[in-house]
Amino acid sequence: MYVAVKGGERAIENSQALLAELRRGDPSVAELSIEQIRLQLRLAVDRIMTEGSLYDPELAALALKQASGDAIEAIFLLRAYRTTLPRLGYSVPLDTGKMRLWRRVSATFKDLPGGQILGPTYDYTQRLLDFALLAGTPVPPAPRLPADAEPVPAVLDLLDQEGLIEAESASCGDPEPHDLTREPMRFPASRAARLQNLARADEGFILALGYSTQRGYAHSHPFAGEVRFGSVEVELVPEELGFAVSIGELEVTECQMINQFAGSKSQPPQFTRGYGLAFGHSERKAMAMSLVDRALRAPELGEAIDSPAQMEEFVLSHSDSLEASGFVQHLKLPHYVDFQSELELVRRLRINAVQQDEPT
Amino acid sequence: MRMCDPPGSLERDPNVNFAYLDERTKRMIRRALLKAVCIPGHQVAFGSREMPLPYGWGTGGIQVTASILGPRDVLKVIDQGSDDTVNAVNIRRFFQRTAGVAVTTDTTRADIIQTRHRIPETPLREGQILVFQVPAPEPMQRLEPRQSETRKMHGLAEYGLMHVKLYEDIAHYGHIATTYDYPVLVNNRYVMSPSPIPKFDNPKLNMSPALQLFGAGREKRIYAVPPYTAVTSLAFDDHPFEVQRWESGCALCGSRASFLDEVLTDDHGGRMFVCSDSDYCTSRQGADVRSVISDGG
Repeated sequence: MYVAVKGGERAIENSQALLAELRRGDPSVAELSIEQIRLQLRLAVDRIMTEGSLYDPELAALALKQASGDAIEAIFLLRAYRTTLPRLGYSVPLDTGKMRLWRRVSATFKDLPGGQILGPTYDYTQRLLDFALLAGTPVPPAPRLPADAEPVPAVLDLLDQEGLIEAESASCGDPEPHDLTREPMRFPASRAARLQNLARADEGFILALGYSTQRGYAHSHPFAGEVRFGSVEVELVPEELGFAVSIGELEVTECQMINQFAGSKSQPPQFTRGYGLAFGHSERKAMAMSLVDRALRAPELGEAIDSPAQMEEFVLSHSDSLEASGFVQHLKLPHYVDFQSELELVRRLRINAVQQDEPT
Repeated sequence: MRMCDPPGSLERDPNVNFAYLDERTKRMIRRALLKAVCIPGHQVAFGSREMPLPYGWGTGGIQVTASILGPRDVLKVIDQGSDDTVNAVNIRRFFQRTAGVAVTTDTTRADIIQTRHRIPETPLREGQILVFQVPAPEPMQRLEPRQSETRKMHGLAEYGLMHVKLYEDIAHYGHIATTYDYPVLVNNRYVMSPSPIPKFDNPKLNMSPALQLFGAGREKRIYAVPPYTAVTSLAFDDHPFEVQRWESGCALCGSRASFLDEVLTDDHGGRMFVCSDSDYCTSRQGADVRSVISDGG
């Protein structure tokens, strides 16, 4: 009986063998290739890259396969890999104004320079199960934007020209901001640290918090100024060259949320910003992030802090899916010793309670 | 033979750096450790890395161990006092795989002991290092969740909140109702979480000849109790600190001085009490029993 807790070594080996077998499933069915996952489950891959904070579609697809499709487990694998990578340098800030667009919509102006580009979206698909996919049918080619389309300016820059929206200022320490993966978070956090935290944050958590701001918990009158998705160049300035060279391209989704601000004694009324950015095509994440970013700016804008989404320590300390998942699930680990201590205490308290109840 | 050589010997993985972390990260952690040793009981923020083991499963302890481990060190890993629980086995395998170091279950032979929730019963000696895995480094977190506030309290040595909590326990129950993770005062200055060890182990922290290091990976904090440092458990003059006692001794080795786990033996309320420290228990039972258990895992 007592010996049953021994043999952990063999149990772990057997468990891993079982896991590998279940992951593969019925061997008479063809095995998934990394290519298939990368190309056909791209939104899952994008989420894993965003929260794994590593832009590498192939490794994200590998992680998803290894994790049997569990997003948080895949994010864990990618983060654990990423932590060992050397820092070779810092890029210059991405210029999303030069994005090669797949999609760009604004909810604030009916028409605007560059136009509305619906692009690939599930928004208007009516969500009927497509039974044709059960059999697998060839897909006809879709019309595309011309590859040489002019860059489209950001909507908020147009408002900025009139002074209607707060100017965007580089945060303290730019262009080498706080690196969350190298230094611990400290409170109050800089906006750069906050945005890093939100970008890596669990989509579900950020979505729920963003949603809460729309239901009266820190209302900020948001308008989706612009949501854009496309590819941008990453540029680096090598010290020996002294000018920026392009080192590659990545796909990102950016959301610029416009929020009302009544103004203060020193400032006339002006719109304020909330910002969201995610790797790949991740609109839900980028939009929710921009709502939470704006809510967390409450102290800076002199707003009362009375809702969870405005509470910096609450939001930023609980947003990381790996921290949360690890700590929630650590309850599976043995707690014999703590429990034994509590057991002894509760037994003693019960004896005391019974003795007190007895008539003297 | 007291070495615990697990079946299916683990080769050191040549693709990862010694003890997994890169050398610059280890240096960063060692700097944090030095600061922690200089200010006993003070929580030092450090750039905790994302480890290939989950948060809450020992990432802080693992990073501390990885930073201080040398190729000739002998490592022991325990969880709940036992070398054989799956989590202890897993962490020990991690270091065998990444550092190829010698491992042992023998408390007296270990240079570094990584532990979760216990301090070994066998007294530690000078030169040994005990590395604690810490889930919640802030002793007042459940009373005041904001770090920005608790940091101030530590800075001002303002521990009224903690004393009020202990006093309220006495008012409600007649005695302090904290049985593990029982707060201590280190070097007469900082209130510290001893990690969730049972309060039974608290007296072992005091004036220990070994260096005691605490790592909290998820919360990104390191702290330390240097050798021969005074560590007192918080209490009141009229309600002094007391440790748990059992009515019987260990069912296997007969010890009446060790922390006992309750083991259910059937579904009719049958139970027995056995040492939580498996190495201590087997060494008291004699060499025969020890070798049998080593073969099993």
